[in-house]
Amino acid sequence: MAVVFDKTEGLTDKQFHYCPGCTHGIIHRLVGEVLVELGVLGKTIGVAPVGCSVLAYDYFNCDMHEAAHGRAPAVATGIKRVLPDNVVFTYQGDGDLASIGTAEIIHAAHRGEKITTIFVNNAIYGMTGGQMAPTTLIGQKATTAPLGRQVATTGMPLKMSEMLATIDGAVFVERCTVHNVAGIRKTKKAIKKAFEVQLEGKGFGIVEVLSTCPTNWGITPVESLKWLEENMIPYYPLGNFRTPEEGK
Amino acid sequence: MAKVLMKGNEAIAAAAIKAGCKHFFGYPITPQNELPEFMSRELPKIGGAFVQAESEVAAINMIYGAAGTGARVMTSSSSPGMALKQEGISYCAGAELPCVIVNISRGGPGLGGIQPSQADYFMTTRGGGNGDYRHPVYAPATLQEAVDLTMEAFDVADYYRTPVIVMGDGMIGQMMEPVEFKETTRRDLPVKDWATTGTEGKRKPNIINSLALDPAELEKHNFKLDARYKEMEEKEVRHEMYKVEGAEVVMVAYGTTARIVKNAIDALEKEGIRAGLIRPITLWPFPMKAFKDIPETAKALLSVEMSTGQMIDDVKIANEGKLPVHFFGRTGGMIPAPEEIMDKVKEILGGGK
Repeated sequence: MAVVFDKTEGLTDKQFHYCPGCTHGIIHRLVGEVLVELGVLGKTIGVAPVGCSVLAYDYFNCDMHEAAHGRAPAVATGIKRVLPDNVVFTYQGDGDLASIGTAEIIHAAHRGEKITTIFVNNAIYGMTGGQMAPTTLIGQKATTAPLGRQVATTGMPLKMSEMLATIDGAVFVERCTVHNVAGIRKTKKAIKKAFEVQLEGKGFGIVEVLSTCPTNWGITPVESLKWLEENMIPYYPLGNFRTPEEGK
Repeated sequence: MAKVLMKGNEAIAAAAIKAGCKHFFGYPITPQNELPEFMSRELPKIGGAFVQAESEVAAINMIYGAAGTGARVMTSSSSPGMALKQEGISYCAGAELPCVIVNISRGGPGLGGIQPSQADYFMTTRGGGNGDYRHPVYAPATLQEAVDLTMEAFDVADYYRTPVIVMGDGMIGQMMEPVEFKETTRRDLPVKDWATTGTEGKRKPNIINSLALDPAELEKHNFKLDARYKEMEEKEVRHEMYKVEGAEVVMVAYGTTARIVKNAIDALEKEGIRAGLIRPITLWPFPMKAFKDIPETAKALLSVEMSTGQMIDDVKIANEGKLPVHFFGRTGGMIPAPEEIMDKVKEILGGGK
């Protein structure tokens, strides 16, 4: 029988630990596929965060670093400055990137570090059990926001892509979703572009991927896809915020 | 090579480059600024990189990334900045990453001051970050020693796969002395086959990591590190003995303070009072065995520090309750004068004030 779909060489054989219905697995696969398609897997060094994807170093089939919470862009900077001809990426969640690691991500972009960041935004702290994140939506319940997030005491959800797009060094910034097939295809294209920008030495690239967390949202995987579409996309609009002009 | 007159911070930077360090990540803080400034000037000339990080926290994490690729890397800071670096130092220790970290220390606590101090002894020798780790700490007393120890620090870091601290008080960073960059006999260093340089499809991925969720696995890892620390305690201890033979009071001091203590010892000698010095060159591992060589003539030990008394804890451990242990210290950036130390020695011996 002909094989019509196979696991990418960009991932190891290690079984994911992610919860049923979580979209980390899809995003991992897209990154792995892109690294293989670009022919750069053998010269790639990835940096895993603290959060649900803390064990990503076991899943990507390339050299990896496990970083301290939020520090992945600094770790990636250190790697890239020693090995400018290698490909370096960070894979970070919203607690990691949008809360404890805001300084590191902003300044990696500000310096125009030639690295690629995959930013998985599921509007909650997953690994620690569903606490409020800077990205948690207004009214969304979390274990540290039992009545739902309130503007008066916790502010409005942080829009990282919009913020990073104001920085000159961030030459590629796009927000995508993986809640449906069309979104997955667009996400892969954006991830590929973000790595190409790095390979061309143009600057910092980031792809924000809206992602689900059925376990901590307290709904089923199917309901989660719908919840993402109906609640997250209106607040976190999809699209490209920055892309290098052709020929530059 | 001929001797050159250099400022301490620049001499340490030059020594690092001589030892093969081509990548430096740091953040401005007084009194160590000449070190990163020197690096920003010199590293691009040799195909290396200088990065001014957004914070000390970021700088030490850049070190974690760069060291993971197998490169010889350095960061430097001063006391409040060193406090910020502790997270990353702990990760480097856990992930077994060789790197050299310079602390040109100043007065504290908090923002403290910018004058020389030795108040970071606890933070530096007791594992300032979380978890069960140690790292070698060199405390030079002259700029020549700062140069020699900085070069040695890179070898020690690579040999044991550990962060190494070079700690000079602000005086060491700011003063000028003639120094010589000597060719040293290099250790036989292991190949860095663990480094993340890309698999090139030829080997399994290398992973730089300090996470171990299985407690049995983490205990095994910690015991492995501990065995290495015990080896360092055996092989890497350095100290100097000064006029200890026949001494009635044996002082213990390091860095700049040790130089002032030597002046006090010489002056006391002229007055017919015999005093000596044990000068730890490594603060960790601490020269415990040196205390076994204290002669019968000794009536007391005196720990002299630019702090309210931190190293004295190690002095007491090393002394094993044998002799009375006294303390004299100035703090907050105040530097002890030889006369003050002499008075303290006389007081201990029952004379003087």
